[in-house]
Amino acid sequence: MKKLIIAGREFSSRLFLGTGKFSSNALMEQAILASQTEMVTVAMKRIDLDNQEDDMLHHIIRPSIQLLPNTSGVRNAEEAIFAAQMAREAFGTSWLKLEIHPDPRYLLPDSIETLKATEQLVKMGFTVLPYCQADPTLCKRLEEVGAATVMPLGAPIGTNQGLRTKDFLRIIIEQSNVPVVVDAGIGAPSHAAEAMEMGADACLVNTAIAVAGDPVAMAEAFRDAVAAGRKAYEAGLGEQIINFEAEASSPLTSFLE
Amino acid sequence: MFSEVLERISWEQTTEAIYAKTDTDVRRALAKQHCTVEDFMALISPAAEPYLEVMARLSRHYTEERFGKTISLFIPLYLTNSCTNSCVYCGFHIQNPMPRTILSPTEIEQEYRAIKQLGPFENLLLVTGENPVVAGVDYIARALDLAKPYFSNLKIEVMPLKTEEYAELITHGLNGVICFQETYNRARYNIYHPRGMKSKFEWRLNAPDRMGEAGVHSIGMGALIGLEDWRTDVTMMAHHLRYLQKRYWKTKYSVNFPRMRPAENEGFQPNVVMSDKELAQLTFAMRIFDHDVDISYSTREAAMLRDNMATLGVTTMSAASRTEPGGYYTYPEALEQFDVCDSRSATEVEAALRNVGREPVWKDWDASFDLIGR
Repeated sequence: MKKLIIAGREFSSRLFLGTGKFSSNALMEQAILASQTEMVTVAMKRIDLDNQEDDMLHHIIRPSIQLLPNTSGVRNAEEAIFAAQMAREAFGTSWLKLEIHPDPRYLLPDSIETLKATEQLVKMGFTVLPYCQADPTLCKRLEEVGAATVMPLGAPIGTNQGLRTKDFLRIIIEQSNVPVVVDAGIGAPSHAAEAMEMGADACLVNTAIAVAGDPVAMAEAFRDAVAAGRKAYEAGLGEQIINFEAEASSPLTSFLE
Repeated sequence: MFSEVLERISWEQTTEAIYAKTDTDVRRALAKQHCTVEDFMALISPAAEPYLEVMARLSRHYTEERFGKTISLFIPLYLTNSCTNSCVYCGFHIQNPMPRTILSPTEIEQEYRAIKQLGPFENLLLVTGENPVVAGVDYIARALDLAKPYFSNLKIEVMPLKTEEYAELITHGLNGVICFQETYNRARYNIYHPRGMKSKFEWRLNAPDRMGEAGVHSIGMGALIGLEDWRTDVTMMAHHLRYLQKRYWKTKYSVNFPRMRPAENEGFQPNVVMSDKELAQLTFAMRIFDHDVDISYSTREAAMLRDNMATLGVTTMSAASRTEPGGYYTYPEALEQFDVCDSRSATEVEAALRNVGREPVWKDWDASFDLIGR
């Protein structure tokens, strides 16, 4: 399997994990380890910055894992930039998952604020991985202002509905010069495999693992599904082969005879 | 730049891979909504020949989906046949002892007026040889300025320029640039282009990159059919198209497959001759590979072929073309760059297109858009 490279860093695993919604930090840690992920996103708002020994972080930090602070909770570019600076200070990394969802119901990303914030944060030296709508034009604009990846949604966060935006994801994957990480909506390993088979560079999964009956087993299932999907993509899928009937007449091309 | 990409694609291996394509490869490609370059190679391979009718049907389907039942019409104007290159196949070859013409501003305007008498043309293609001393960027800019009152969409087919020169011409109303690579075979390119600026393979190859960087709206590509194995050449062009689309995503692309015919006199004899059937196969394959790319047929092609292909994948055509400088008014008898095969008038072409159920589109751009942001 080809390694994934984001902003110069190599990743052997193409599965990224979110850390919300687990029933305990211990279980979260086990799931992270089982998934073999090398990129874990953490909501800055969840961390107690005054407590150097914050329990949650202890369960995440590993040398093999790139910590990806996220700005979940902010509602516009200004707040996102503020949160990003705090995250850089607190976590000692300039990697950032930019999430701006002003709408508390569906947590849908605000495209305009996301583009604005990405542009500014890149100038401030951040490695920005923006969560965004599955909008091909927006993704090109994000790439142009220096996003390290684009992270279009498959479906609204937490809905487990799978790749509802498949037609647009296909275009995004086709056009992108930066890695495409399908984020949000992936509810089952088959969804992740499907995204990887399409040529997505990675998947980010949280809810589907965190709320599964056995999160650790589900983390393994996602690990395998992402790897299988990627392997299939690299191997070249044997697409449908149609048996076109030989035609007795050639009404369209007879002029060539 | 595309030259770095092309370096990693072997000409020989590509050629072998095309001829090794099988019936299964072809059927797999035909079943796909979105083909890769590998699929395209299958569709242009000899293995796809039995599927010509199926390909025609698919090509028509995708074309109608994206372009409807229309054909965009344009007319070329050769501004000069003065050229410092010595392309062995070209009538404007520097060593060819022929009178050279550089149209004056007054003559250029007379040509524009004469063209408007031929039909309601709004899409104009200005063509020059390569002689920047006498017909450089300033000369082209002047021709564009003069064209504005007469035409709404202006393209050029001139020597490769620098990024800033393309950008400069955009401020004079330039909408599109056509620059054929002729052949992507780096090892043999200089056999055909031994001297002059055109002998610089990479400078030409990377011209579309520079157009993209400058923000040119429309980029036209082409491989001259008759030099090298056409299947390999158009495969490289398919790579080039995909590369450009990914980088300069706001640009529209067009492809051309100009065919050389065997010369009746002592002129350059093409190394390969492409049949009508092969040209049709290539056209269908290109449309199945890329549903959105403009496919252009010039008047090099015969009326019968153009009329039939107008419903099967071609989306742009020239009409009533003269391929000598000043051919519409000033010097109607001068030597042509290549023989025009479809010599029908614009009115006749228009009628023929309507006859096959296609609406000729003369105008599809408004020059006022070019003023926005200036």
